[in-house]
Amino acid sequence: MQSFIDGLIASGVFGGLPAEAIYPAMMFLFASIVVFGFVLPLVTITIWLERRVWSRIQSRVGPNRVGPQGVLQGLADGVKNILKEDVVPDAADRPLFVFAPYLLVWGFLATFVVIPFSSALVIADLNVGILYIVAIVALSAVGVLMAGWASNNKWSLLGGIRSAAQVVSYEIPAGLALLPVVLLTGTLSTQGIIQAQGWAPWDWFLFHSPFTFIAAFAFYISALAETNRTPFDIPEAESELVAGFATEYSGFRFALFFLAEWGSLYVTGAIMAVLFLGGWQIPTGWTNNTVVLNIAQLTVFFLKAYFWVFLAMWIRATLPRIRVDQMMSLCWKYLVPLGFVNLVGTAVWMVIWPEGNTFVPYLMVVGTLALLVIFFRRVLYHLRRAKPELYFNPAI
Amino acid sequence: MDFVTFFALAIPLVVVAVMVIAHPSPVYSALFLVMTLFLLAVYFLFLNAHMVAALQIIVYAGAIMVLFLFVIMLLNLQSDTLRTQRHGLGRVAIIGGVILLAELGLLLQGSSSELAESSLPENFGTVEALGSQLFTKYLLPFEITGILLLVAVVGAVVLAKR
Amino acid sequence: MVPTSYHLILSGILFTIGVTGVLLRRNIIIIFMSIELMLNAVNLSFVALARHFGNMDGQIIVFFVMSVAAAEVAVGLAIILLVFRGRETVNVDELNLMRW
Repeated sequence: MQSFIDGLIASGVFGGLPAEAIYPAMMFLFASIVVFGFVLPLVTITIWLERRVWSRIQSRVGPNRVGPQGVLQGLADGVKNILKEDVVPDAADRPLFVFAPYLLVWGFLATFVVIPFSSALVIADLNVGILYIVAIVALSAVGVLMAGWASNNKWSLLGGIRSAAQVVSYEIPAGLALLPVVLLTGTLSTQGIIQAQGWAPWDWFLFHSPFTFIAAFAFYISALAETNRTPFDIPEAESELVAGFATEYSGFRFALFFLAEWGSLYVTGAIMAVLFLGGWQIPTGWTNNTVVLNIAQLTVFFLKAYFWVFLAMWIRATLPRIRVDQMMSLCWKYLVPLGFVNLVGTAVWMVIWPEGNTFVPYLMVVGTLALLVIFFRRVLYHLRRAKPELYFNPAI
Repeated sequence: MDFVTFFALAIPLVVVAVMVIAHPSPVYSALFLVMTLFLLAVYFLFLNAHMVAALQIIVYAGAIMVLFLFVIMLLNLQSDTLRTQRHGLGRVAIIGGVILLAELGLLLQGSSSELAESSLPENFGTVEALGSQLFTKYLLPFEITGILLLVAVVGAVVLAKR
Repeated sequence: MVPTSYHLILSGILFTIGVTGVLLRRNIIIIFMSIELMLNAVNLSFVALARHFGNMDGQIIVFFVMSVAAAEVAVGLAIILLVFRGRETVNVDELNLMRW
């Protein structure tokens, strides 16, 4: 990116402006392009997709009025939220109340810095990339606590405290689940991790060994908990806490909370794709055009990321919410010890097979495919017995 | 680090650090401390300490400060004015602080420039460099730190369960 | 380039702010935060000197300082919680049971 700006300066686009002024200005420009041109549409489409998927699972139709198939529903909701009155309660702590949603949104936007969408499309390939994501996610707990406390409402405070406890606790299994991958690649840079994998499923870290397979799902569960998704959405449990830390918020600030929640859902999917599914890796050699190659890589990356996003939607529509004590015991009694077992197991695996086992990945891919085939046969069996016109038309 | 970056970071740092001890509300103090620690992490980045900067945010701004905020909110502390907690030491504290600052300033009379970026070792401040030092030269302190953390965890659980 | 003494002076200022906080405030949690501020000021000087000499040892000491600070906060806050449950105050002037 810096070389791109240097090229622009060298070609004389900016005239005689000092370089110290051009760099920050260009950074702001790129940041706003990324936020408004990429992240906002991404999040609104994720929200629309989630509502449609839920509806189908619950035998409803879902939003289909605004735009084709209701794709623009997010835009309509955003406009509605901006036009609403922005209420700040009298008893609230005004500066913190106003500032908290921005901190949360900033927390998930900052993770986009290190997510590699293709071999060229990455804002900054930091050498501490994965640690950077862990750090930024940890900061979002401060934003949630701030929102909960500043609202001066018992539901908000309880929601904020629950959320902070959850985020701080689940950071540990999430970090432990990252470590096998870091061990295997010897780097923390996101591009480096992707380059250590291949395009084929048996080259992915998901199927590298049984330990990384378990680590992937341990990380996914921890990430669901960190982003307050069902079955871990106890910070905003509607039946207990109204809306948790978002209770007192209205209008655009309320929309910002939702932006942060679904945005971090996508970030979760993207990190899963980077760490365990080989990121943007595609078969090489079929094209020499860089643009075509990057678009193909981008498409593959999005499909992989949205697979995990879809899984989270499916889980949300299926599972009930767990209790606080169950959430804590799952973290400390099961996921943390499992994380250590995975770490030691991966280390032993690397000592026994330094180049990776040549047989186990294929076996695991075949086993997973067999499980998927069995699953889809069951689904098709039930579909055949149901009313076909209701189920076979996803575009009502 | 050039002069512009230095002052752009140092001035906010001092301001928020003063706000930590000057603000009457404990919650605000804690949030200003989070800002101080975050700014320090950025400062570390400019001093080629990438790993330390990441750890600073994870350990300090993430875990420790959340713990602080947690306790403040659990205790439901009201903001106390500086007036109610004056106890005769206030003036002494400020005078002592100024004297300490003057002493520290005197100690720093001689000034020398920092090493140029190019003369630093190849992987200065990276995870690899820190890790290899930690597991070879500093292995014993590292193990002892692990035991210390274990003792702290057990102690905190025992104390809080009372 | 900024001379290393600038970093050290900034570190000294932050340390002094921490000391002043300990002397000035009576809220035990604020005092605790001031101690954290002092630890961080020291960390800053370690990192600056590591940069000055091109030697990683300073950064490793910072790593140890951080882990000790984490342990200290965990135990310290547990003690503060216990004290608050027993005496309903966080003012250090009122916590004078052990005073001569």
